[in-house]
Amino acid sequence: MPLWSRLANFLRGDRLNREIDEEFQSHIEEAIEHGRDPAEARKAFGSALRHREESRDIRLVAWLESLRADAVFGWRQLNKTRVTSLAAILSLALAIGACTSAFRLIDALLLRPLPVANAERLYDLSRQGIGPDNKPQTFDGWAYPDFQLMRAAVANQAELIAVSYAEPIDLTYKSDEETESAYLQCVSGWMFPTLGIRPALGRVFTENDDLMPGGHPYAVLSHDYWTHRFGQDPGVIGRTFRLGNTIYEITGVAEAPFTGTEPGTIVDIFVPIMMHPGVTRKDWTWHRTLFMPKPGALENDRAALESIRQKLQATSRAFEEERAKGFLGMRKEDIDHFLNQTLLLLPAATGVSSLQSETRRPLEILGVLVALVLLIACANVANLMTAQASARAREMAVRVSIGGGRWRLVQLVLLQSAWLALLAAVLGGLFAWWSGPFVVSMINPPDNPARLLLPADWRVLSFGLALALGVTLLFGLAPALRASSVNPVSGLKGGEDPHSRRRLMHALIAVQVAFCFLVLFVAGLFVTTFKRLSNQPTGFSADRLLVLDTVAKQPQSLEFWEQVAERLQSVQGVEKVALADEPLLGGGSWNNFISVNGAPPNGILSYMRAVSPGWLETMKVPLIDGRDFLPSDAHPGAALVNETFAKVYFDGLDPVGKTFDLSFDEGVRLRYQIVGLVGDVRYKSLREPILPQLYVPFHSVDATGATVKKTNGTLLVRTSLSSPLVLASTLRQEVSQARSEFRVSRIRRQLEINESHTVRERLLATLALFFAIVALLIAGVGLYGVLHYSVLQRRREIGIRIAVGAQAGGIARLVTMDVFSMVLFGAAAGVGLGMVSIRFIESLFYQVKATDLQMLALPALTILGGALLAALPAVIRAVRIDPVTMLRAE
Amino acid sequence: MPKSDSLQGSLDLLVLKILSRRARLHGYAIMSAIQNMSGEVLRVEEGSLYPALHRMEEAGWIRAEWITKDSGKRARMYELTAAGRKQLGTEESRWQAVTSAINRVLREA
Repeated sequence: MPLWSRLANFLRGDRLNREIDEEFQSHIEEAIEHGRDPAEARKAFGSALRHREESRDIRLVAWLESLRADAVFGWRQLNKTRVTSLAAILSLALAIGACTSAFRLIDALLLRPLPVANAERLYDLSRQGIGPDNKPQTFDGWAYPDFQLMRAAVANQAELIAVSYAEPIDLTYKSDEETESAYLQCVSGWMFPTLGIRPALGRVFTENDDLMPGGHPYAVLSHDYWTHRFGQDPGVIGRTFRLGNTIYEITGVAEAPFTGTEPGTIVDIFVPIMMHPGVTRKDWTWHRTLFMPKPGALENDRAALESIRQKLQATSRAFEEERAKGFLGMRKEDIDHFLNQTLLLLPAATGVSSLQSETRRPLEILGVLVALVLLIACANVANLMTAQASARAREMAVRVSIGGGRWRLVQLVLLQSAWLALLAAVLGGLFAWWSGPFVVSMINPPDNPARLLLPADWRVLSFGLALALGVTLLFGLAPALRASSVNPVSGLKGGEDPHSRRRLMHALIAVQVAFCFLVLFVAGLFVTTFKRLSNQPTGFSADRLLVLDTVAKQPQSLEFWEQVAERLQSVQGVEKVALADEPLLGGGSWNNFISVNGAPPNGILSYMRAVSPGWLETMKVPLIDGRDFLPSDAHPGAALVNETFAKVYFDGLDPVGKTFDLSFDEGVRLRYQIVGLVGDVRYKSLREPILPQLYVPFHSVDATGATVKKTNGTLLVRTSLSSPLVLASTLRQEVSQARSEFRVSRIRRQLEINESHTVRERLLATLALFFAIVALLIAGVGLYGVLHYSVLQRRREIGIRIAVGAQAGGIARLVTMDVFSMVLFGAAAGVGLGMVSIRFIESLFYQVKATDLQMLALPALTILGGALLAALPAVIRAVRIDPVTMLRAE
Repeated sequence: MPKSDSLQGSLDLLVLKILSRRARLHGYAIMSAIQNMSGEVLRVEEGSLYPALHRMEEAGWIRAEWITKDSGKRARMYELTAAGRKQLGTEESRWQAVTSAINRVLREA
């Protein structure tokens, strides 16, 4: 049919349909007049006409009726080919579920606005500059005196809110033996009114709760904590708890949805920022600064915002310039870098958290991977539908020739797709419901159970629906339009060119393989990164090692600390005990610049750690030269240094016996003598290059030579047990029994601490691997389907070939050649895609090159293997075709 | 009973021929005419007839017109166009050629 008349038919389709109906109607009447059985006369025109006939005058009803009829018909079609339909639904469900789950996560962490008034006007103050390692860095930590100056400077135009980094703390409602852990955030008192957070019970803080350092021992609970800790007991107001040495009184509960400003952490307890020990310190950067323009004048006014930003930057710079006068021993360029930082106002409508910044890239990448899996699944379903459609070409032709409108046919095929998508969406929804929290549990370090609210509300629901709809159109529209454009004459004569259909299917196979390769390739890179990073030597042994964070009520003398350590030494199962200020890889860092022979520092920072004698042996850090600390050594005075230190400061010569200086605040310079050379260890992260490290004795003395008393310390306990945590409660008791002033606040395995550094890599590796398997599976099913279809279509030809003596090998080649050339083509395209896209995620890799032959060969071989496996059933089927039955059947 | 369109173009030929004898027939009349005149041997099914009519109308061999019957209902009547008459000639001679060829084979085989 020429295009113009097809178009004209389409445009006047409605009238045409009416006329055709009328003509058929008159035909039927005529037939009845001539004595034909009315029912039989009607039957000659099929059911479609009957439906139309019955409700011809009511168009909407007619349409709904047709919708229903098509839905029923679509359902029957699905049922007819149950196995293929099930494969399609399952693969689609997996993909939709993964997509929805990824969306839930990304939404909860990165997209959802904080449940506060005017969240869209919230900003996070940050500073961007050149770090000591000469790389650009951004940091959003502030010192409170600086904050106070900035707040005063812009008081007329904006409100600044200080919120500390939420952290787990130990508190007790009764005695010290019954401490429990909770997440604490120190917040400005005026945060509650500014963000419009009302109390659910009692009262929340105001400006008046934040006047004097240490002067406001009050606490507001989050609704979540109130619910799970106190069962929403209204009597909680007025109750007290002890945190450190301060007794806090609970004054209220914040209303439900607000759980702090850090997505990923649900804060349990808010206390006024003035209760933080750092409020008077100019050199502690320990809180974030949130910024909200005052209502009215400034809204959406970029110029006004910029002028405030400049005012803030000027204020902060003046503060730091004053402070920098005390920076001795720091190179001038480092000081300049420090002062020349740019203050940034970063939108913080969704809150700010380290989980956000750490997982943003990985989540984006996972989002892309998941979308690729969805596309693979769509291509798959489109292929299966196309194969089905070919079987229905005759049916379509009859429908067109008796006047079925083309829209009607599109609707028919689309409804079948909709069934698929609907079933897949329901299954996928269940999958997402289960897998979302599962993924969150994987992001978390095991000892730090951060929680993320994952509401399944209208946002997630509408995303799921939009996805199902989009998917329906994506894989349903092409076959639908194709089916509707069937040419009745050729269709009835035996089908249109079967090759055109196969070409489409082959193209889809190539696309699938390309995407599949990409997913596999990226997964391989992430898995290798994770493996290399976790096998990274740390320089010490984490096996069977326990880390006991220990606190004392008041500062305690070294003698008492040593008593506690000795007591633990005698516990059954303990091999060796040592003291340190903090564990390795625990997150805390202490650093300084070194000057050798009075020369100015070279700008390379050295990490420091305070350790007791025996620490080396406990940690199994090798002593290369010199000796370990003796009990008589003290800080300042003696030092152990690592090999990198020797390389950087002593040109690789043995530094034992040499001296260096450290500069501390207020111009104090202290001299150290190196008593031992030790091996390099991983101090802060597994990724960064090893920096010079130096150890000073845990035993420190002040200017008068008196021992400094300490409140906090870390006991490192090397045990002989493969699961050292069984000793946890014994060790806790022993510490308190040794000296009642001491208390263990937290027990961790060193292994746990090490693993927390590969959480992101593990998440990426595990999920990418999972998606790779899903992608491979789906693509395999698709390949199987296409081959199966092509064998069915060519069974006559194959039968003839076998009849004239073709060998099995020849038949196998015949059946698979086209498809395999598509697989190769797709894989090649995948390599290209991979090379291009890898550039965007390179920063997440560790010691892995995307161009490694191995990284490319592995996914290619996997896909090839998968393709062979998927092709096997169809090849066997083809080879087994019995020419006699086949030719007779046709 | 042979299928109505088992021979290429035979349905077109039959319809054209009938319309050349008797102008203005509706679909049912054409169907019964073929049935009657072939002595009940040839039967055209509705599923074949209407697509054929539709196609021939598109090709311009026949034209259709709505008339109102005595009962007040409308009916669609078909008649031959000049192009259709020419096509009939072509089809007829093609048919003759084909059947005589077949006959020759039957005689000599």
